[in-house]
Amino acid sequence: MKIAVTSQGKELASQVDPRFGRAPYILVVDIDTMNFEALDNSGNAGAFKGAGIQAATMVHDKGAEVVMTGYCGPKAFATLQAAEIKVVSDIAGTVADAIEKFKSGSVTYTTSANADAHW
Amino acid sequence: MIISVASGKGGTGKTTVSTNLAVSIDREVKLFDCDVEEPNAHLFLNPEFENSTPVFTFVPKIDADRCNGCGKCAEICRFNALAVLGKKVLVFPELCHSCEGCRDICPEDAVEEDARELGVIDSGHRNGIFFVQGCMRIGEAMSPPLIRHVRSYARPEDLVIIDAPPGTSCPAINAMKGTDFVLMVTEPTPFGLHDLKLAVEAVKVLNIPCGLVVNRSDIGDRQLWDYAVQEGLPILLEIPFDRSIAEIYSRGQLLVEEVPSWRPIFARLYDAIVDTIETRRSIQ
Ligand code: SF4
Ligand code: SF4
Repeated sequence: MKIAVTSQGKELASQVDPRFGRAPYILVVDIDTMNFEALDNSGNAGAFKGAGIQAATMVHDKGAEVVMTGYCGPKAFATLQAAEIKVVSDIAGTVADAIEKFKSGSVTYTTSANADAHW
Repeated sequence: MIISVASGKGGTGKTTVSTNLAVSIDREVKLFDCDVEEPNAHLFLNPEFENSTPVFTFVPKIDADRCNGCGKCAEICRFNALAVLGKKVLVFPELCHSCEGCRDICPEDAVEEDARELGVIDSGHRNGIFFVQGCMRIGEAMSPPLIRHVRSYARPEDLVIIDAPPGTSCPAINAMKGTDFVLMVTEPTPFGLHDLKLAVEAVKVLNIPCGLVVNRSDIGDRQLWDYAVQEGLPILLEIPFDRSIAEIYSRGQLLVEEVPSWRPIFARLYDAIVDTIETRRSIQ
């Protein structure tokens, strides 16, 4: 199973970036093997509007089933929902911490956007 | 001929100038309120509205049966208004700029036409003035298409006065672009001057002759006059601060009707604009 985590860097030890659409990287981690791919999100991050929509599409294309991030705006959330990707928000610490947290089962899925538009 | 009345910032008296100018000119005039986020010229002009037409813009609607999920529409959209997720296409109509690129590129003819309301265009008359205003729908973010719609009411032989949105952003540029003269209304304060400079730079890029109206000309300092000399900007009218002028404005009345001695002053403002345009033409 693959999980996408918004990140400030390209490593599992990197800090989670709280912004979904505007994070510099999104790490797509296979939690069974801990293999991961670092998606460069900088092209989306600079978008004037709709950065979260693009990021959500990219995450979907990589086959992730869950997104872990800090804040997720309404358009990104709608896109993830349409793609049937679950969202865990208010995540902090490193990407590895986030994955551990997920594996331990102590996460709750978000049912709505927790940031205003333009995040 | 089209004269746009603009300002670097809001609240400088732009609408006072555009409305009083319109009623003081001794020929038929069209007055367009292109300040579509807050059209207020009608409050002073009190026209008899005859028509009200909603204006729509293209947004895509996807025929899910035809769509094969190729993703080309989302790829071409510069505004992130489309998301293709497998065979599902999501449309974010509020982000769409109506370029129709998605419709052109779709290999399956799956992009159909839908519409988003931009706002309403109201038109009517008052004495010799044909008045048109755009009123943007609450929640709508894009004013330039509505502004262009208002401007489409102009014919080449008309004398048109445009009340432009304040500032130097897209809406203001769309209201000023292609006009024959920009009448910039400003105040002699440091803030006013700062915003005026930005607006004048924008007008230079558009290559339109420009002149100034200084409102509340006896407050603030003289920096504005120094700037005008340095830039070669003619000051065509100065309106001093006067409590009775403010009161006339707050009652929604026209200065030239309440204080008739102002009428020839605004009529001369029009003559000065025509002179400035002609002088510039003869130099070029
Ligand atoms: S371009 Fe046409 S066929 Fe391809 S995803 Fe978009 S709507 Fe579907
Ligand atoms: S019309 Fe243009 S802006 Fe609107 S969705 Fe299609 S490609 Fe994007």
